[in-house]
Amino acid sequence: MSLSARVLVRRGSLALDVEMDVADGEVLAVLGPNGAGKSTLLRVLAGLLPADGGRVTVDGHPWDDVRTRTHLPAHRRSQGVVFQDALLFPHLTVGENVAFGLRTRGMRKAARVEAAAGWLARVGLAGLADQRPGQLSGGQAQRAALARALVGDPALLLLDEPLSALDARTRLTVRAELRRHLAEFAGSTVLVTHDPVDAMALADRVVVVENGRVVQAGTPAEVNRRPRTDYVARLVGLSLLPGTGTGRIVRLDSGGEVAVAEEAAGRVFAAVRPESVALYLARPDGSPRNVWPATLVGATPHGATVRCELAGEVPLVADVTATAFAELGLVPGAPVWATVKASEVAVYAR
Amino acid sequence: MTRPREGTGIPTPLLVPAGLGIAFLVLPVVGLLVRAPWSDLAPQLTAPGVGDALRLSLLSATVATLLSLLMGVPLAWVLARSRIRGRSVLRALVTVPLVLPPVVGGVALFLVLGRQGLLGRWLFEQFDITIPFTTTAVVIAETFVAMPFLVISVEGALRAADARFEDVAATLGADRWTTFRRVTLPLVAPGVAAGAVLCWARALGEFGATITFAGNFPGTTQTMPLAVYLALQRDPEAALVLSLVLLAVSLATLLLLRDRWLGRSGAPVA
Repeated sequence: MSLSARVLVRRGSLALDVEMDVADGEVLAVLGPNGAGKSTLLRVLAGLLPADGGRVTVDGHPWDDVRTRTHLPAHRRSQGVVFQDALLFPHLTVGENVAFGLRTRGMRKAARVEAAAGWLARVGLAGLADQRPGQLSGGQAQRAALARALVGDPALLLLDEPLSALDARTRLTVRAELRRHLAEFAGSTVLVTHDPVDAMALADRVVVVENGRVVQAGTPAEVNRRPRTDYVARLVGLSLLPGTGTGRIVRLDSGGEVAVAEEAAGRVFAAVRPESVALYLARPDGSPRNVWPATLVGATPHGATVRCELAGEVPLVADVTATAFAELGLVPGAPVWATVKASEVAVYAR
Repeated sequence: MTRPREGTGIPTPLLVPAGLGIAFLVLPVVGLLVRAPWSDLAPQLTAPGVGDALRLSLLSATVATLLSLLMGVPLAWVLARSRIRGRSVLRALVTVPLVLPPVVGGVALFLVLGRQGLLGRWLFEQFDITIPFTTTAVVIAETFVAMPFLVISVEGALRAADARFEDVAATLGADRWTTFRRVTLPLVAPGVAAGAVLCWARALGEFGATITFAGNFPGTTQTMPLAVYLALQRDPEAALVLSLVLLAVSLATLLLLRDRWLGRSGAPVA
């Protein structure tokens, strides 16, 4: 294990207690809402904030250990950090920015200019070494910041919302490039983000942090398929229905029942994808075993479909095509019938 | 009706007092220029003592500014960035010379550094050093009065500068001293330059503390403001000429520095 950490921080209303292990070459995403303590965690790993408890070990070297009062200051950690805003030094050229970490480590000028130029080329900014940071676009600045973080060949790479300051289109291309660079990076990477797409696209494993605690950990696919909290469910676009399974029926904690395809027992989650929910104005006859009356409380365009929020005994989110939405003549407050096939409901233990 | 005047966009209630303010600030300078004895400027300027006073003024103001930079920039950093206790008390102490009448400052310096003073007696007895009524005293008096201008200006620039750049530098292997030299100082350079100009101008015009602590000896402690005041009592025309010189030097320096340092990054941070 290359990075092994347990971090405890108490600050005001935040009580952070997170444990993590990241192997060499592995990318761990820390996913969570604003205020969950993600950035605090990152600052502790970077040595910019002292922890109240716990330890940080990288490649077997203790960077932090509160019990033995070990604290390696930030500038002596073999790390690269990319912040949300690229934060390129405005008084230096792009090349000098990338070479900054080499200069502080005493590399000679010719060597560091060459190394910086090489990294600028790797991130697609060849020939821009003499530009000022102000002349770069947001995407270019973030690429330069990545080059600056990686040029010193760090043991640990920390990314703090690296894509969230970019516009949607740039984010797409920079995300793809970042994915390539992370794949080539030999050390451990911790990516902090509130965007599930970043986590799913870039990470090998995801930990979800809410209110300072890890509420779920797993591969992106697991987290995506089987969310364990409302926050994650909403992020991945699922309706999460906690209940108790008996046979092929899940009795929901909030009341109501959901028919499922497999036998379920004990405390379980039933998860429903929005595209599996069909809406009708009148109670439909026939096959589906799950039919619930509901009220439309909200509708927002979502790609080619309209995402409808339903209130009722079984709260659901449904995606219907814009055409269907118009044909049904749906307005907020309208009564509808929602149906889901039992085979479309995922069930897993809580 | 009070409406913004067309073209200027300035409401009348603001325009009139603002105009009065301009007149109040500019008229004395205009008066100085109008009454100046332009015809016999040359003999007045070459009169004995004028060159000495000017040279002493420029030298002592410049040395005082350098001393202020050496002590004031680190002090501003401590006030803006450090986490030491009693920082607000420290800041209040730093600004005392700003509100203290300069003459009182001169008396205070005398009490500390005079031959019978707390430090002065020790300096005299141990090293046979006497500070009052020397050029050194002029520099000390000017530094005492002018340094707070620099400290306040630099502290403001430091607070406005994004401290996250310093975090970035730390993650790139820079210790705090390297970060200060390579990141913090360049980022606040316009603020330091503006503070240095303010400080220099204040030192150049210093009167009260200087005359109290350093006296008025031509050639060693008689700076331009002192020379102006004395000349006014025996030869008003000479006072006028000296004032013109002081005005010209101040304006020239300001304009020069504005183009060289302050112009590049826009308005000075003061």
